[in-house]
Amino acid sequence: MSGTPIATTRSAAGMPTGKLAVWWLIGSEIVIFGGVLASYIMHRLAHGGWSEEAAHTNTWIGALNTMVLLTSSLSAVLAHQAAEKGDGKKASKLLWATIVGAVTFMIVKAFEWTEEITHGYTIASSTFWSFYYTAAGIHASHVLAGAICMYYVAKSAAKGEHLHRVENVGLYWHFVDVVWIFLFPLLYIAK
Amino acid sequence: MSEAEHSEDAHAHDGHEHNYIRIWGILVVLLIISVVGPFIGEYTEIQAITLVTAFGIAAYKAYLVVKNFMHMTAEKAFVSYIVVTCLVFMFLLYAGTAPDVMKSEGSGWEKPLWQQQEAEYAARQAALAHGGEDGHGDDHH
Amino acid sequence: MATAPATHEEHDLGHHEQSFWEKYVFSTDHKVIAMQYMFTGMAMALIGGFFAYAFRMQLAYPGMEVPGWGLVTPNDYNQLVTNHGAIMIFWVAMPVLIAAMGNYLIPLMLGCDDMVFPKLNRLSYQIFLLSAVVLLSSFFVSGGGFGGAWTMYPPLSTKAEYSLTQLGSTIFVVAVALEFVAFLLGGINFITTAMNSRAPGMKLYDVPMVVWMIVVASILFMASVGPLIAGAIMMLFDQNLGTAFFDPDRAGDPILWQHLFWFFGHPEVYVVLLPAMGIVAEIITTFSRKKLFAYRTILYTVFGTGVLSFTVWAHHQFVAGIDPRMAHVFTVTTLLISVPIAEMLFVYIATLYGGSIEYSTPMLWALAFLVEFLIGGVTGIYLGASGGDIYMHDTYFVLAHFHYTFFPIAIIGTYAGVTYWFPKMFGRHMNEFWGKVHFWGTIIPFNGIFIPLFFLGAGGQHRRIADFTVYPELAQMQPWREFATVALLIMLAFQVIFLWNFFYSMFRGRKAEKNPWKANTLEWVAPSPPPHGNFPDGLPTVYRAPYEFSHPDHDEDYWPQNEPPAEQKA
Repeated sequence: MSGTPIATTRSAAGMPTGKLAVWWLIGSEIVIFGGVLASYIMHRLAHGGWSEEAAHTNTWIGALNTMVLLTSSLSAVLAHQAAEKGDGKKASKLLWATIVGAVTFMIVKAFEWTEEITHGYTIASSTFWSFYYTAAGIHASHVLAGAICMYYVAKSAAKGEHLHRVENVGLYWHFVDVVWIFLFPLLYIAK
Repeated sequence: MSEAEHSEDAHAHDGHEHNYIRIWGILVVLLIISVVGPFIGEYTEIQAITLVTAFGIAAYKAYLVVKNFMHMTAEKAFVSYIVVTCLVFMFLLYAGTAPDVMKSEGSGWEKPLWQQQEAEYAARQAALAHGGEDGHGDDHH
Repeated sequence: MATAPATHEEHDLGHHEQSFWEKYVFSTDHKVIAMQYMFTGMAMALIGGFFAYAFRMQLAYPGMEVPGWGLVTPNDYNQLVTNHGAIMIFWVAMPVLIAAMGNYLIPLMLGCDDMVFPKLNRLSYQIFLLSAVVLLSSFFVSGGGFGGAWTMYPPLSTKAEYSLTQLGSTIFVVAVALEFVAFLLGGINFITTAMNSRAPGMKLYDVPMVVWMIVVASILFMASVGPLIAGAIMMLFDQNLGTAFFDPDRAGDPILWQHLFWFFGHPEVYVVLLPAMGIVAEIITTFSRKKLFAYRTILYTVFGTGVLSFTVWAHHQFVAGIDPRMAHVFTVTTLLISVPIAEMLFVYIATLYGGSIEYSTPMLWALAFLVEFLIGGVTGIYLGASGGDIYMHDTYFVLAHFHYTFFPIAIIGTYAGVTYWFPKMFGRHMNEFWGKVHFWGTIIPFNGIFIPLFFLGAGGQHRRIADFTVYPELAQMQPWREFATVALLIMLAFQVIFLWNFFYSMFRGRKAEKNPWKANTLEWVAPSPPPHGNFPDGLPTVYRAPYEFSHPDHDEDYWPQNEPPAEQKA
């Protein structure tokens, strides 16, 4: 029953409405991750003993996943570039590459967690492991959500529709990448 | 949404011919440094190396992504204000919360397991120090 | 630009035959969604009010069979007060003041046809409705609803042996989290609409104050709720997965939850206060026929309040064993925040000064807001200072202070807004006589309920106790408790008048014209009630600030924002 309202097409702030909303969304996500990471950091700084538990995390797998996310960010930004040039087909393909990155990330994560859980490091083992699984879990749910959004954007971009959405979903994806850039040293490197 | 808006949006970035693959290359090199850093830190026993390569590089990587992939600096200024404001509020949360959470006891309360764990950890560290390996571990103070 | 043909198209769409479901249930129209929020909020207010009735009866007449509920056991009592608090804040104040008023007013006042994301808007209402259903479902699980206070402090909320209802407390946290998601989505929609979709010619200083305040409130909500969402996830894991984030026996920290909760909880006070302040600003300027005094000062004050509101949260925790040095800091910031709020009250009074005041029902509510909220604010000074708070904390003094802030915000502010915009919403007037009867029948008993509670609190009556008669030194104050309960019954009885007036006027009230109050803002340009698409004669253009009443260069005493200047007309 409703077409796009005129309200959506206005741009008094000088930025397309969709992109504006994504930036506000990113702001709200900063405080969600900020809450859990701030809680984690203050605990970590107060507990010298946590470094012994953190020693059981696998830096190499963490680095591999960082690599995967950085690369998927590259394909997302290349998709944005293609969409700007009006090449919906290419943008769609590059978005699919990003989705493959997201899926790879999740698969690596699945193997990593299985390994850790079978060695007895579960979410209830200690507060360090609780934070480890909670922070990475919230992040992983964002990876999943981003992949689902990209699936729909890639589908419409292939038909040359809603090309501006390629940038918007890309912005979100880069944000998810940035969160992982901080999670990686916090959970894996700091030992 | 409209074509007009999209081209207007594209126009904003025309001036910046980003070499995205180059940026990605820098990010990967930084990643390698941040993985190697702790080994050097451990070898030379200079904790600062680990901290800088871990968190300094993370901050710089985030800056690169935000600037070059998200084009935040090319956007309207209010975008930066939104992001910076949210970050500042998080530092505020940290500043107000940490003085309580980082203590193992306060007026009328204590965290027994915490104290016990830290005491055991300190004992292990002391034993290690007596064994001659001074300064190993405990990167976090 | 492209507005004219597109409006036409929208206009045509409005004439399509729509089924009941399309028009009222799954509509994406901002006005319908606003009504959905409002009626859901009203239904929840009835439930919350009923809970208040049940536990106040128990307090006044301990052990009685409360008509409609039965015996209020201590466990019942805890569930009732917990859910009364949560419902009134999250499922009444938030949906009615922010979501309903915001949805209704933002597009109309900005002169556009809808919110920028109509489908997202519908989704946020649906999530909100789901959260309400989830909350109510907690009463029907084994162990009953959650009774550990709306602040959900661990270990009461995390350990089944204390909460007595593992599933109930989990459902409670899930419901609150869903509600946050709904308002996060809604808030982003509000902010984006206000930033991008203003009418041509409308500069930032031409935006009506209530829109500014709702938008700032949405920003405060968005920036403060994150840590609590993270905290809610941690709490769910504590409840169900065996983690120990908030369990001191297992190296966790219960005070961390209090910080995460109040980092949101205190800005939340301003999240609901600001829309009420905005509604009051609109009403007092219209009914005193005077330009809003110091528009920009109010605006900067709102921003200042918003920033300061992030620095005061730990004043809720002065007795929780927090670092005493931090208590000093939070005392200072807490007392500081009374400055901008007092300033806003003074500015509103300055607007009234010298105006030709008309005591219509909305104006009475707006004036009552100023008076009652002042009492709430002033009693807060005692509690904001850590020294005073140590004596007063968790007594009925806090409870009375809290209700003297939230009752004006959530109830008086809502009644002010509903009576003011009722002609626009339904195209008919409410009955003024019964409106005034309802006003006095609400305000007088309201003071009758809560003034005794100040005395009781100062006399040492602690909160969260189902029966005070077992304490000899408190038992003698029983007449005050009965007085408060009787006042509550009178107040609740007068709400029937409002409900009757509301629903009767909706169908049978006197027809309202476009601009019955002769106000200037853009919503009064649209027909009453506005059709789908809002402005059938084309979207308006703005030529001046929103409060040009009694302007010397203009013949009439009001000058609508969209009226072209004289030289263009000539």
